[in-house]
Amino acid sequence: MIISVASGKGGTGKTTVATNLAVSLGGDVQLLDCDVEEPNAHLFIKPEIRKVETITTPVPEVQMEKCTLCGKCAEICQYKAIVVLGTAVLPFPELCHSCGGCMRVCPEKAIHETGRELGVIESGGRNGLQFVHGKTRIGEAMSPPLIRKVRERTRPDGLTIIDAPPGTSCPVIASMKGAHFVLLVTEPTPFGLHDLKLAVGAVRILEIPCGLVINRADMGDDRVKAYAEEAHLPILMEIPFDRRIAEAYSKGEMLVETIPEWKGRFAALYRRIEAEIARTATDTHWSGFPESALMPKDKR
Amino acid sequence: MKKIAISSEGPSLEDRVDPRFGRAAGFIIIEPQTLKFEYVNNGEAQVRAQGAGIQAAETVARHGVTSVLTGYVGPKAFQALSAAGIRVAQGLENVTVREALEKFQKGAVTWAKLSDARGGGA
Repeated sequence: MIISVASGKGGTGKTTVATNLAVSLGGDVQLLDCDVEEPNAHLFIKPEIRKVETITTPVPEVQMEKCTLCGKCAEICQYKAIVVLGTAVLPFPELCHSCGGCMRVCPEKAIHETGRELGVIESGGRNGLQFVHGKTRIGEAMSPPLIRKVRERTRPDGLTIIDAPPGTSCPVIASMKGAHFVLLVTEPTPFGLHDLKLAVGAVRILEIPCGLVINRADMGDDRVKAYAEEAHLPILMEIPFDRRIAEAYSKGEMLVETIPEWKGRFAALYRRIEAEIARTATDTHWSGFPESALMPKDKR
Repeated sequence: MKKIAISSEGPSLEDRVDPRFGRAAGFIIIEPQTLKFEYVNNGEAQVRAQGAGIQAAETVARHGVTSVLTGYVGPKAFQALSAAGIRVAQGLENVTVREALEKFQKGAVTWAKLSDARGGGA
């Protein structure tokens, strides 16, 4: 089972929830930090890294002695990642989405694959917890390809928890798509609510069941709760605005280790997620994860 | 006949130089000796999420220009223009197309090096 922890707004507590949930369940859990532009779960998990892999994506390289400047490669590329200018063919690897189209249409077979480095994937673990995270190469503009590579490390069985990046754009979709449940962490502030609504919109397009964790639940106002009720979003946990929690976080400590009563609370959160998945599985409005889920409803 | 492209906010020589190369409204393609010119709309490149500068470079290259006068050119467009053998003069904002042309004719423009490219990138 895959649980993706997302939020919309940044800084609401995704990593706190993802790491503490993973550690509370004791042992056989896999945690993937998919916030590959600034991963931070390792600061709390402190895993022993046992494997470091450099990840690349295929981009074109042109053998000019074979090229006839026919321009078919440039014609098929929607991203202007390869252009023919004068007597030169110019690939722009940083714009390439690795579709392979240019290689396929080249009548002279003058284009072959080379790699653009996306970043590294580090894997390891601590106390039976399996840990994987990606680190985007500095200067790399696209993070979804690396996120998908991190997710390829998802083990076939057992529980996998994903710490997603903030926002609702492509990196977040890449971190949620195909998950069995999305846990949305929010806070009772106007910004938290605004971005929560965007995140719920994205999760609903993906047709993944979801529930809320309200962090710093005793500050702000009740508008997040009112929205949750209106949108039929179950509130699965509330975390108070507690100085001890902030202190533990600032020292890179696990909440469940510093304040042990939280271990039971996170274990209870997991049981509520399981119950929610079971409930939505029998709900007739819920229809699985179709491949077309990313398309607008009227185009399916 | 050598032609030059001037990024322009409109179709006449009295329009202002569009400071952006890749996302310019259009280009005045002109033969400096005869002052014969045409206006090429750059609308399609303007709305691209990425690669606007590269597409604009393709456009001006297709019209057989050897020089570009504009406000600024991004690094990728600069690379593309260089590959096509087109030289670039930047910093011609806040003047009309005609004034930019006169500067060019007096030899009062500076041809840029790749390290001078300072545009918006992707």
